[in-house]
Amino acid sequence: MLLTGAEIASEVLIEQGVTDIFGYPGGAALNLYDALYDRQDRIHHHITAHEQGASHAADGYARSTGKVGVCISTSGPGATNLVTGIATAYMDSIPMIAITCNVAQSLIGKDSFQEVFITGVTMPITKYNVGIRSVNDLADTIRECFRIAKSGRKGPVLIDIPKDVLLAKCEYTPAEPIKTEMPAKPDPALIAEAAKMINAAERPVLCFGGGAISADASKQIASLIADGHIPACHTIMGTGVVSFGDEHDLGMVGMHGSLIANEAIAEADLLIAAGIRFSDRVALNTGKFAPNAKILQFDIDPSENSKNINVTSFVYGDLKDCLNELLPLIEKKERKEWFARLNGLREKDYYPKSIPGQLRPHEIMEIIGEVVGEDAVIVTDVGQHQMWAAQYCKATRPRGFITSGGLGTMGFGYGAAIGTKFGVPEAKVIHITGDGSFHMNMNEACTAVSNDLQVITVIMDNKVLGMVHQWQNLFFNQHYMETEPGRRTDYKKVIEGFGGHGFEGDTPENFRKALEEALTIQGPSWIRCPIDPDEFVLPMIPAGKTVEDIVVSEEDLY
Amino acid sequence: MADTYTNPTVIVMIVEDNPNVLSRISLMFGQRGFNIDTITASHTHDDRFTRITITTHGDQDVIDRIVRQTQKMVEVHKVAVQTAGTHIERELLLAKIEVNTEDRSSVREICEIYHADIVEMTRTSMILEMTGKPPRVDAFLEVLEPYPMIEMTRTGVTAIDRGPEPLKYDKGRTYA
Repeated sequence: MLLTGAEIASEVLIEQGVTDIFGYPGGAALNLYDALYDRQDRIHHHITAHEQGASHAADGYARSTGKVGVCISTSGPGATNLVTGIATAYMDSIPMIAITCNVAQSLIGKDSFQEVFITGVTMPITKYNVGIRSVNDLADTIRECFRIAKSGRKGPVLIDIPKDVLLAKCEYTPAEPIKTEMPAKPDPALIAEAAKMINAAERPVLCFGGGAISADASKQIASLIADGHIPACHTIMGTGVVSFGDEHDLGMVGMHGSLIANEAIAEADLLIAAGIRFSDRVALNTGKFAPNAKILQFDIDPSENSKNINVTSFVYGDLKDCLNELLPLIEKKERKEWFARLNGLREKDYYPKSIPGQLRPHEIMEIIGEVVGEDAVIVTDVGQHQMWAAQYCKATRPRGFITSGGLGTMGFGYGAAIGTKFGVPEAKVIHITGDGSFHMNMNEACTAVSNDLQVITVIMDNKVLGMVHQWQNLFFNQHYMETEPGRRTDYKKVIEGFGGHGFEGDTPENFRKALEEALTIQGPSWIRCPIDPDEFVLPMIPAGKTVEDIVVSEEDLY
Repeated sequence: MADTYTNPTVIVMIVEDNPNVLSRISLMFGQRGFNIDTITASHTHDDRFTRITITTHGDQDVIDRIVRQTQKMVEVHKVAVQTAGTHIERELLLAKIEVNTEDRSSVREICEIYHADIVEMTRTSMILEMTGKPPRVDAFLEVLEPYPMIEMTRTGVTAIDRGPEPLKYDKGRTYA
């Protein structure tokens, strides 16, 4: 059938299984929105307060569902407003399609109204991007972009469509949804070698990350640590893959990881890296990371081979495939001494103490765990609260903890939480934020209100930009330059002004009550939890240091 | 200048002939802190593809990382590191020099030795064209030093494998 470019773009999205898109209309996008008008029964567009919110919502939708998230914007400022969200998705390898409209090709290059060379802008933060030049290429290019976004190491893809392409007509033939393209099966010789390394190891430790979620490999990870009796730790992106409390679980590794996880890596004779990329927040000192270990790395991206850390053996492939091939070769081992050593370290780890009458960050997370339980999807912003959420959320399943790990995007949380609620409406979406991050994008409250989304925002309000404040305290002689902004925001009034519900969670009891009530009402709630500005995220290994320098108690700090 | 060629590595890639493909590749080099000493790009006999030749320098780890990062780019079909002795490597030089009447014959002599052509001559200048491996171009320029250089340009290296086979190391279709 003969359709316009705008209609074709909409039809291809529908054909590719897209049901929800996030975006914001505008001049160059008018034709596309007109096509969506006629298709509202098949594809649901959700307008956000700001395009940044749309890009984070598409990201949160993708992280929580495993599907490709889609966001749309108009040209110029609409497109540039997506940029932070696209970069966030890129750093965490999240499948996303960003469609930007552009001025007509006759106006391109002339500094026309709302013209931006968005493919140029987003080149370093997309897996791929493309500017469409002819309506004849449109359908196949969008399909190809879906394939790229969800194949191999996933990532965001941007498609820029000029207005004249949206207007032009061409024949449209529906097609099947594009399948995820899987890499070849892992090399059997490398798998055999990997098994040999694992079986021979006396002190192995597994470290898994976001790749385990992306590959849907949590069952295989669980089998590997159970069969091989291998202690396991995770990066922040791997939170939830292994259920909290598993006897093999050492918790999070890295700058704010547990002592036991970091020490295990320091002492291990084999580090099994499963879908992690040895970022500088994990391998804080690349020269001294896992100094006694052979490193066996599984990754879907061959360019991760020895990118940050030189590895002993690199197995290229889909993690689930790799582990499925590996598991039958793993011998049951006791590794008593190794576990005894590690369990002996547990008492030296950092455990926050509760102080009567004071609400401490770990208690906030514990209460959320008790009240909301396993249906919770925790979505965080970035900063101290993010680390506390990761440390104490006790996540029990993959896709239950959503955070901006790589880019560390303050302001990510609210949009992502809204996208999550659209993606998994049955989940109880708890957005953990700090007063700093929240001020960046709290305007998305209007989106949650308009759509009656029960997204519960827990604001850990310490009146400071906590993470930077902590660094200034420790490393900059308590020069609190611009981290005590002196804001007097009345959160209850603000959210009520937006049309949502506000609560004060100033004590453990009040917080629990507020949370319970928020779970019974439609629409968004904000619960403000005042906390001490001098709360530290602990443990902490300073940048560039090793576990030898780990700080595990407030007393060690001064 | 001469330093550039102390340890150059020539990387050849066959990429889709799309708009912006050259920006995308050169941008990735900048993004990841790799060096581009020279870069050339041209169409090939197959009009779907552009062939890009980059010379860079760095230790083996860096070269490996460059190859892995380029291999995974969507539009890159083949990547090959040209190792010494297995390929032909050429660069073209155009040099406009000041030459007065009495020096003309000595310049012509130099050109003969270096197989360079004099493509234009005025009363006061000459344009010389020379093709060769980069070190040979360097040597030629050094010999020309007595003659004031008005302007010069080098194309950067282009390269092709020896033997009857086309470029090796097809990356297949893995979009990692």
